[in-house]
Amino acid sequence: MKAVRFYGTGDIRVEHVPDPEILNPRDAIIKVTSTAICGSDLHIYGGFIPTMQSGDILGHEFMGEVVDVGRDVTTLAVGDRVVVPFTIACGRCYFCREGLWSLCDNSNPNAWMAEKISGYAGSGLFGYSHMYGGYPGGQAEYVRVPFADVGPIKVPTGLSDEQALFLSDIFPTGFMAAEQCQIRPDDTVAVWGCGPVGQFSIRSAFMLGAARVIAIDRVPERLAMAAAAGAETLDYEQVDVPDALRTMTGGQGPDACIDAVGLEAHGTTLDAWYDKAKTSVMLATDRSHALRQAIGACRKGGTVSIPGVYGGWLDKFPLGAAFAKGLTLKMGQTHVHRYMPQLMTRIAQGEIDPSFVVTHRVTLDDAPAMYGTFQHKHDDCVKVVMRP
Amino acid sequence: MQHSSTYSPSLRDLDTAGALTLGGLSLIFAATRRPMVASGLALTSGALLYRRLNGNRRQVSGRAETRAALGGQRGIHVREAVRLEVPIEEVYRFWRQLEHLPQFMSHLESVVEEPDGSRSRWVARGPAGLRVAWDAEIVTERENHTLAWASLPGSDIVTAGSVTFAPVRGGRTTQVTVHLQYAPPAGRAGDWIAWAFGRAPAQTVREDLRRLKQWLEAGELATAGLASTGGAA
Ligand SMILES: NC(=O)c1ccc[n+]([C@@H]2O[C@H](COP(=O)([O-])OP(=O)(O)OC[C@H]3O[C@@H](n4cnc5c(N)ncnc54)[C@H](O)[C@@H]3O)[C@@H](O)[C@H]2O)c1
Ligand SMILES: [Zn+2]
Ligand SMILES: [Zn+2]
Repeated sequence: MKAVRFYGTGDIRVEHVPDPEILNPRDAIIKVTSTAICGSDLHIYGGFIPTMQSGDILGHEFMGEVVDVGRDVTTLAVGDRVVVPFTIACGRCYFCREGLWSLCDNSNPNAWMAEKISGYAGSGLFGYSHMYGGYPGGQAEYVRVPFADVGPIKVPTGLSDEQALFLSDIFPTGFMAAEQCQIRPDDTVAVWGCGPVGQFSIRSAFMLGAARVIAIDRVPERLAMAAAAGAETLDYEQVDVPDALRTMTGGQGPDACIDAVGLEAHGTTLDAWYDKAKTSVMLATDRSHALRQAIGACRKGGTVSIPGVYGGWLDKFPLGAAFAKGLTLKMGQTHVHRYMPQLMTRIAQGEIDPSFVVTHRVTLDDAPAMYGTFQHKHDDCVKVVMRP
Repeated sequence: MQHSSTYSPSLRDLDTAGALTLGGLSLIFAATRRPMVASGLALTSGALLYRRLNGNRRQVSGRAETRAALGGQRGIHVREAVRLEVPIEEVYRFWRQLEHLPQFMSHLESVVEEPDGSRSRWVARGPAGLRVAWDAEIVTERENHTLAWASLPGSDIVTAGSVTFAPVRGGRTTQVTVHLQYAPPAGRAGDWIAWAFGRAPAQTVREDLRRLKQWLEAGELATAGLASTGGAA
């Protein structure tokens, strides 16, 4: 089959590899009909994610048709059309039972690697480095899905691929980011980053009752997309973001702040240049300009919700400010399984049509070029969907 | 001390068990303690064993041998624990059938129990086709609570192990705590121990327990379908 493989920073190739097979009783094999490139894939592409190996198959946002199931999978049958969570979870360990699916104990065969960094390991993920299990990803014609009896959910025939696909990651991710803000009816939520995750955070914040959402980015078409959802927008290259937020909230600050940017934050201020210098000589791993700003801007006693990915060590992290203001910080890989059914219902009921975010429709062969286009936000690119 | 709290329930319960049990267990506990405490415990347990077993010379001397080899802080000691969302009876039943151990203990090739369940033959694989073997007997058996075993004289390796099963979180979760010992080795057996446990014996056992947990909780061992990189490296 064809698959998108990682060969190093900025080096993505489409190659032929052996088809996946059922290896465990709870596996299924999915024939991929649609797969997307995520902002998280850009962190790999940018060389920020450790324990990637040459030849690893990328991709964690995918859906398709079941073509084979292991003997213990009774919930799915060949021919079912499903969308698959990017987090791999057994459904039976303490963490799965608590609804903390992305922290599953039993799905990461390389847990020891993650334990060296974090003390305890999170779940396995598709196509996201060996530290997260080394699972071949879904930017391919076929993919093996472990624990297929608890992960994938069936897609109603009325919904298109593009309506259902983002249940695999970015819709639940934006939704969890907003849910973590504990939004009350009159709240103002500020969202850093108007990429796909930011877009779903904005819409989820409104769904969960926010009165105002203020969206921050510098890319015009992304800001326009945010405005279309009802957000007020700030271009961080035109205005001083903390100042603007202060004024817009009557000197109090937003009730909650969402960092939907992550470890490759771009910035125009001194701390951002400092990050850039340090990460480029490997003295630090992550650039946290957006996160620093969110912590600084948040009102006293507010919540900073962090769907943006961080991989290693942060420098100049303003913990003192977070402490002084009594902030709540919430973060982590999304517990996708927890949100899929309820969000599927919202889509089916027409409350939201996630396909609004798609700007590019291509084939797998276009992956190498599209990673570049998405990274540089060329051609008004917000979200790329590939059909194998 | 951290491990006294883990072990205290079983120690407390020991007066209800036979003195043989106490002797066997204390030997194993003794070896985990600081040297001074250890020698005290080892002495007591040795005496206890002797008192109960003086009808059976061969075994007594065998146990003494095992005790001598495993006493104090010598050899490899590993203590690791894992929690499972599986009823305690199920975990105990699985482990008590020693034949199951090679399913998750990576260095074991086979364990064969004698029909009466008292003794077992353990075969472990090593580097370059090397195999080491030993006979062991169960020295403590308390259903859903404790299992301890020790090698018998004449084996390639002097080893003992214990596992305790404890309900936690109001009985919804089972905690399994394992203590393994291997005597200071020489020759072939020493090569095997160096190979099987490497520089990080605790890591080897932690991976074993992780597999046990995967097997009993998830019903399968997680794999990405790639050549395993192994945790002990
Ligand atoms: N927690 C999870 O489970 C999860 C899941 C999916 C994605 N993510 C993460 O979410 C983040 C966003 O993903 P995405 O797909 O939207 O990526 P993206 O790269 O398309 O979007 C990031 C956006 O942030 C903007 N940005 C950069 N610096 C900024 C700054 N200083 N202030 C404001 N905006 C800034 C960029 O212009 C861009 O529009 C990534 O870190 C990704 O890894 C996390
Ligand atoms: Zn993603
Ligand atoms: Zn789990």
